[in-house]
Amino acid sequence: MADPAHSVAKLDGVKKSFGAVHALDGVDFSVRSGECIGLVGHNGAGKSTLMSILAGTGSPDEGLIAINGAPQAAWTIQRARALGLRCVFQELSLCPNLSVAENTRVSHAALNGWGGARRAADLIRTSLDEIFPGHGISPQDIVGDLAIGQRQMVEVARAFTVTDDPLHLVILDEPTSSLDAQTARQLLAHVRRAVAKGISCILISHILGEIIETSDRVVVMRDGMVVADAAAKGLTRETLVAAMGGAHLRDKTVRSDHKDAQPLVVAVPGTIGLQARRGEIIGLAGLAGHGQTRMLMQVFDAAGRQGGVVQVSSAVALVAGDRQTDGIFPLWSIAKNISVRSLGALRRGVFISAEAEAAMAVDWREKIGIRTDDLNNNILSLSGGNQQKALFARALGSDAQIILMDDPMRGVDVGTKLDVYDLIRAEAQRGRTFLWYTTETEELDNCDRVYVFRNGQIVAALDHSELTEERILQSSFAEGAA
Amino acid sequence: MSDLAAKTARAPRNTGRLLRTMLPALSMTLILLGIAWLNPRAISYFGFSLMLNLAIPIALATVAQMFVITINELDLSIGTFVGFVGCVTATWLHDAPLVGVLVLVAAIGVYAGLGALIHLRNLPSIVVTLGMSFVWQGLAILILPKPGGSAPEWLTGFMGIKTPFVPFPIIAAVVIALVVHFALMRSAYGAVLRGAGGNQQAIGRAGWSLLKTKVIMFALTGTFGVISGMALIGITTSADANIGNGYTLLSIAGVILGGGEFVGGRVSPIGAVIGALTLALAASPLLTFMNIPPDWQVAANGVILITVLAARALIGRKGG
Repeated sequence: MADPAHSVAKLDGVKKSFGAVHALDGVDFSVRSGECIGLVGHNGAGKSTLMSILAGTGSPDEGLIAINGAPQAAWTIQRARALGLRCVFQELSLCPNLSVAENTRVSHAALNGWGGARRAADLIRTSLDEIFPGHGISPQDIVGDLAIGQRQMVEVARAFTVTDDPLHLVILDEPTSSLDAQTARQLLAHVRRAVAKGISCILISHILGEIIETSDRVVVMRDGMVVADAAAKGLTRETLVAAMGGAHLRDKTVRSDHKDAQPLVVAVPGTIGLQARRGEIIGLAGLAGHGQTRMLMQVFDAAGRQGGVVQVSSAVALVAGDRQTDGIFPLWSIAKNISVRSLGALRRGVFISAEAEAAMAVDWREKIGIRTDDLNNNILSLSGGNQQKALFARALGSDAQIILMDDPMRGVDVGTKLDVYDLIRAEAQRGRTFLWYTTETEELDNCDRVYVFRNGQIVAALDHSELTEERILQSSFAEGAA
Repeated sequence: MSDLAAKTARAPRNTGRLLRTMLPALSMTLILLGIAWLNPRAISYFGFSLMLNLAIPIALATVAQMFVITINELDLSIGTFVGFVGCVTATWLHDAPLVGVLVLVAAIGVYAGLGALIHLRNLPSIVVTLGMSFVWQGLAILILPKPGGSAPEWLTGFMGIKTPFVPFPIIAAVVIALVVHFALMRSAYGAVLRGAGGNQQAIGRAGWSLLKTKVIMFALTGTFGVISGMALIGITTSADANIGNGYTLLSIAGVILGGGEFVGGRVSPIGAVIGALTLALAASPLLTFMNIPPDWQVAANGVILITVLAARALIGRKGG
């Protein structure tokens, strides 16, 4: 690799606390030029905090930052950008009311004056074409109209555009969380190309396979510290998970219990209809945005209504995937965010019982492990994965017997995922039915039956026993055209 | 939730957007058709000059309001501010131009300061500007306790220009709309200003100062408020402390009618100007021609407003 003395960015003894929580407890971290670093760790391990400090959006309580060997006294976003650092943040940083081209202009002060709009459009189109061939996004599209995966593509493509500021280091925080498998591969291939050109990358992801494949070096964080730092070659998922101190990876569960005798709770007619029985976990697979979410919405709308084409026999609750838009109430506390689906059950007389509400929140904090010292804190004080746990608690704590999940594991760490999988299986044993849309093929192992979607239609129904990644991909891309 | 494959989603999305952009023009056309049907003679150079006489100050106040709405704020003081500017224009600007100019510049400075205060202290703009509306009203009454004063002659001269072929108010409206459109919708910094309404974190992370965007937008509101007040006095030739009170709600309605939204940085300068003209036309000319007695005109005006806004909401939902 490159000369080890030439570090593009170096952090020394960085500490940062939020109230009583030590988010970063003395972190040393460095990136060499032309290197891709994989950064992994549980939710709340401090990855995002570390990256926000590196990108200049957060300032450390203690510690030194050096760029290209020069210590930086006043480290700001402006300075970081001028020195060639870019960051694709976990929560997307695009303005939904602006077009793709205008969003590009916003991040490049050089695209001003006459013709700036055209140059911005050309710049972002070139970058999108290079990274995501066949992306289907026009620079004139308004960002708010794009699906979440497309927005993520725009944000990534924008980070790789260059005007007059140099580009040395790109931080990608969960860049693939909303992308389908094919687009994610395009992105990771581009990261390798960029690295070959001498640009450094930091890749944060909970999908350990892509970290190991893409990175040169992997840094593992736990509880605000770097606990391992090793060449990616030779690492395996198991060693990484062990270093993260997380739950062990389980063997694939073998499913033997037959649920065919259970009553049907969801029935959607079609060429291949969707059916779910009591206690079943049903997977919705296929490329992102091919009608899975719409199916969930159909089921959601049909619940509690008689006589429609879609038959749903019990109350439903939804776990949103795009949690900023569809999931959380950003002004409410954690407890209120958990209890909002169950207010009817928490009533004493005509009023909501504060004790019952608090008890429910505390109960679910224990069950699902939400990392907070006070449930009355604002929901936004939680890290992304913990916000998602609160949304799970909201759905699972309700009286709903059918739980719809709209790719809920975006940006959630392995440990949390395994905990939630266990919880889902336990709840299914107790007779709850899950409809689970996921973009991660591994998660489908938890399902009794998987329906593959293409262009808004179900094109295949696969039982657990016949489930393989190849079969799903085959069905997703059938007829040779995507 | 737009989770359809991109191709299938695009077509209806664009028709919805097109309808929504066309709605301000469409509603104005409807009102004009109504007027033409009720009184064909109104559709003439003289008729438009008369009907749109007061539309220019309303359009300017609407554009002023649009600037703060762009960044998710609201200015409830624009009406009394226009009244205050009117009183300054009809007194000091006429008697001691230098003092008048200084006072008006200082007033814009106050607006800029409010923007900074609202940003730094994280205050709700509704509360701050509601308070300020009483301040402006009080100052206006201090300056001009009873209706009177007189407009500077150059101002009445300017507002009374007789342009060939196309009436002056229409030309003025087109100029205002185009100037603001290019500044806000086409320029690079305009994108930043609108972006601050869409996702202020994103703007901050791109290295722009959010304080600066707020200060600039409030200063622009103040500036257009001043121009609006001066234009109003140029037409009416004398002032009254309450002259602009109706402008607060008219300006908000104009922005919304013109396709703007209260949050999210979605605004349209051209739409806002058309919205203001529509309101001005619907306000009295149309209703007078319909033989609705003046006592009922305000209520009838409200019904027109609700109808147009409801149509907008319906189209917006279909297109969303």
